[in-house]
Amino acid sequence: MSDQNRAAQKDNSMVIQKEMIAAHYERLERAPETKEPVVYTFVPGNLTELIRSFGCLPVLPEINALQSGMRGKSRDYIAEAEKHGHSEDVCTYVKCDIGMVLAGNIGPTGTKLPKPDLLLLSYTGCYTFMKWFELLREQYDCPCVFLHVPYQGDGVIEPEHREYMIKQLRDEVIPALEKVSGRKYDEEALRERLQLSAEAEDDLVWVLQSAKNKPSPIDAYFGAVYYVGPIFSSFRGTEEGVAYYKALRREVQERLDAGLGPVAPGGPVTDEKYRLVVEGPPNWTHFREFWQMFADEGAVVVASTYSKVGGTYDFGFRHDPDDPLGTLGDYCGGCYTNINLPGRIDMLCNYLKEYEADGFLINSVKSCNSFSAGQLMILREVEKRTGLPGGFIESDLVDPRYFSAANIKNRLESYIQMVDARRQRGAVA
Amino acid sequence: MDWATAIYEDLDFSTVHAWLDEAPGRKAAAYLPVYAPREIIHACGMLPVGIHGTGGIEIIRGDAFYQSYICHLPRSVVELAQSGRLDMLSAVLFPSTCDVIRNLSGMWQVMYPDMYVRYLDLPQVADPKLGAEFWKRELNVVRRDLGEVSGIEATEDRLRASVALYNEVRSVIRELYTARRETPWRVPSEELYLLLRAGEVVAPEFFMEQARAYLGVIEQCDDRIKDRTRVLIAGAFCEQPPLGLIKTIERAGCYIVDDDFLAGNRFMIGDVPDAEDPAAAMAETFVTGAIKTSVLYEPDPAGKRNLMKTRAAAAGADGVIFAAPSFCDPALLDRPMLREGAEAAGIPCIAFKYAENSGQFQQFREQAGTFADSIKLWGDA
Repeated sequence: MSDQNRAAQKDNSMVIQKEMIAAHYERLERAPETKEPVVYTFVPGNLTELIRSFGCLPVLPEINALQSGMRGKSRDYIAEAEKHGHSEDVCTYVKCDIGMVLAGNIGPTGTKLPKPDLLLLSYTGCYTFMKWFELLREQYDCPCVFLHVPYQGDGVIEPEHREYMIKQLRDEVIPALEKVSGRKYDEEALRERLQLSAEAEDDLVWVLQSAKNKPSPIDAYFGAVYYVGPIFSSFRGTEEGVAYYKALRREVQERLDAGLGPVAPGGPVTDEKYRLVVEGPPNWTHFREFWQMFADEGAVVVASTYSKVGGTYDFGFRHDPDDPLGTLGDYCGGCYTNINLPGRIDMLCNYLKEYEADGFLINSVKSCNSFSAGQLMILREVEKRTGLPGGFIESDLVDPRYFSAANIKNRLESYIQMVDARRQRGAVA
Repeated sequence: MDWATAIYEDLDFSTVHAWLDEAPGRKAAAYLPVYAPREIIHACGMLPVGIHGTGGIEIIRGDAFYQSYICHLPRSVVELAQSGRLDMLSAVLFPSTCDVIRNLSGMWQVMYPDMYVRYLDLPQVADPKLGAEFWKRELNVVRRDLGEVSGIEATEDRLRASVALYNEVRSVIRELYTARRETPWRVPSEELYLLLRAGEVVAPEFFMEQARAYLGVIEQCDDRIKDRTRVLIAGAFCEQPPLGLIKTIERAGCYIVDDDFLAGNRFMIGDVPDAEDPAAAMAETFVTGAIKTSVLYEPDPAGKRNLMKTRAAAAGADGVIFAAPSFCDPALLDRPMLREGAEAAGIPCIAFKYAENSGQFQQFREQAGTFADSIKLWGDA
């Protein structure tokens, strides 16, 4: 059996999550009959607790796109969108999603996705989001409500910006949700969900910070995309979400107690040789292959910025049931891509120090200017401040045409040699 | 137009230096595309300087900051800065045009820590009251900060005077666009563009003198109309097309009768009213009277579909040329919606991409020429 065909090894938590996702998609498929309203929204700045407090079901087009990428469906969807006039230059998440809609809106798990009753355009950290929902609005005859989340241009959420978000939530978003759901805003229901979110967030942070141990029991980039899945998407503020994170924490605790490393697609990483920090989203079309390249080198990612794209919980933020709308504003404003470049540089420098990493890698994706524009400066600045080596890899989110395995492997191997050379120099000094 | 051509070709911003040297203590504040409130800069006693990149410079340092799949504009802006050509600036404003310009604000904060940098988050909400409240506060932050940078407080009186001045600027630009729309044979787009581009780096008072003089000249012009196709150029609002491309389109048999070039100078459709609180008046005018553009959210579900039809009708355009910079998210993501709407309305369209440093125009000439001919031969024009 070739390496590619060999079944990937999975943690128990991955199996649980797969079941959760499948159940959610099945519930979505039944939504036209069950009359549960469907709200499309984005991962950064998602208002899952609020959406669910109205009895609505969230759909996250980025998740559909990345799942389509992982399941080998994105190439055809992108081609379909480009055939309809979408430029080869723009975000492939958008084209994958539009292509999926044009091809009948069958979701990545094979179930039919319902049409949205509402597009909740949480404009958080990504210009393309605005265009994405303007484009989707052309496909669906449904309302679109806009939440403008001001960017942290000066590195903070300014009090007036927070107030601006609260007003929009109160005056625009909540009335829109009331209209599509037929329910009145229930602040107590929202508080209960926010409490559940905070519980899950505590466990997620514990899991992510377990990577400070040596060896790390987790991979905080490739592994972490599974760990953040439920909390970044449909399951924040739910009992299932809380249960998932408790199970995940137990699983990681067991590995920690046994001194085990993370489980990569080809099996456990038994010899942690390099501890790395990664900036940027992963490639989804060759996700396992990409991860295994790291694992083959004994490289474990101990911290990543991508795992903060749906919330920067490890810097202390928790959803606060005592301030329901304010906390949603704080959450949106604090998502990683809403933080300015100096803040992103600080974060990387902190990770390198706190997680005692050997260096950092940037996976620069063609699709995402929010992440990618400025990364070459970030590379130089972080190297300058920390003295640690940085590497640069280029790929894309879900367009397989931009994943060159040989090129990436070559760059990764060269980078690892650079880390070795630094170590040797350090040992001699 | 020689003076405007000289300014266009001058990569050292000599006019800005000359203005700064005219009196001690003068300062200049720059802004990137698309829209920035120049009234605020002016009211703080500073020279507003539009930084629109350039295709006329060899990019050496700029490419070291950007991957191949990012547009050209930030490369040339970084090149200008890294070569010291922007050292005379005391502040730079980065509007929320796209994520590339947004992130450039952060790069500037890291690379030039002594310069004032502000990211301008334009209001995007549908509720005009909320949007105006937000934008007024943003304007007042910039006003306060630039006042501190320049040492000149933008008092209510000063800001009212600057608003009145820029109302005049907008008015004269509207006159120029009207003149070109009505008599495009008298107003070559190359000349209009050079005039407006020069207007981005000279004092507004000087620009108006020149613009009015130009309006006087074209009134006397006795050139005769040529058999050309009237076109609207859409999508070129941020990274600017090379001058050669503008010339090429018109030489290929088109009259450009509306465009997005340097759209920031026409961002507000009408005047800002004279009011007790000028910042509030600017904010209210922005949220109720800004142009329809890719950099602002379109709350009307039919807005994108109808936009080209409305604009083409207003300009009397026979066709639309979607000319977008390569890798320009705002223009390229909007294009399918705009084009579908145009084609549904029976408006002929073509599309191509350019970069500010594009040097070969033959393909554009062929496309624009064929487009113009096909409309003449088979269209209703």
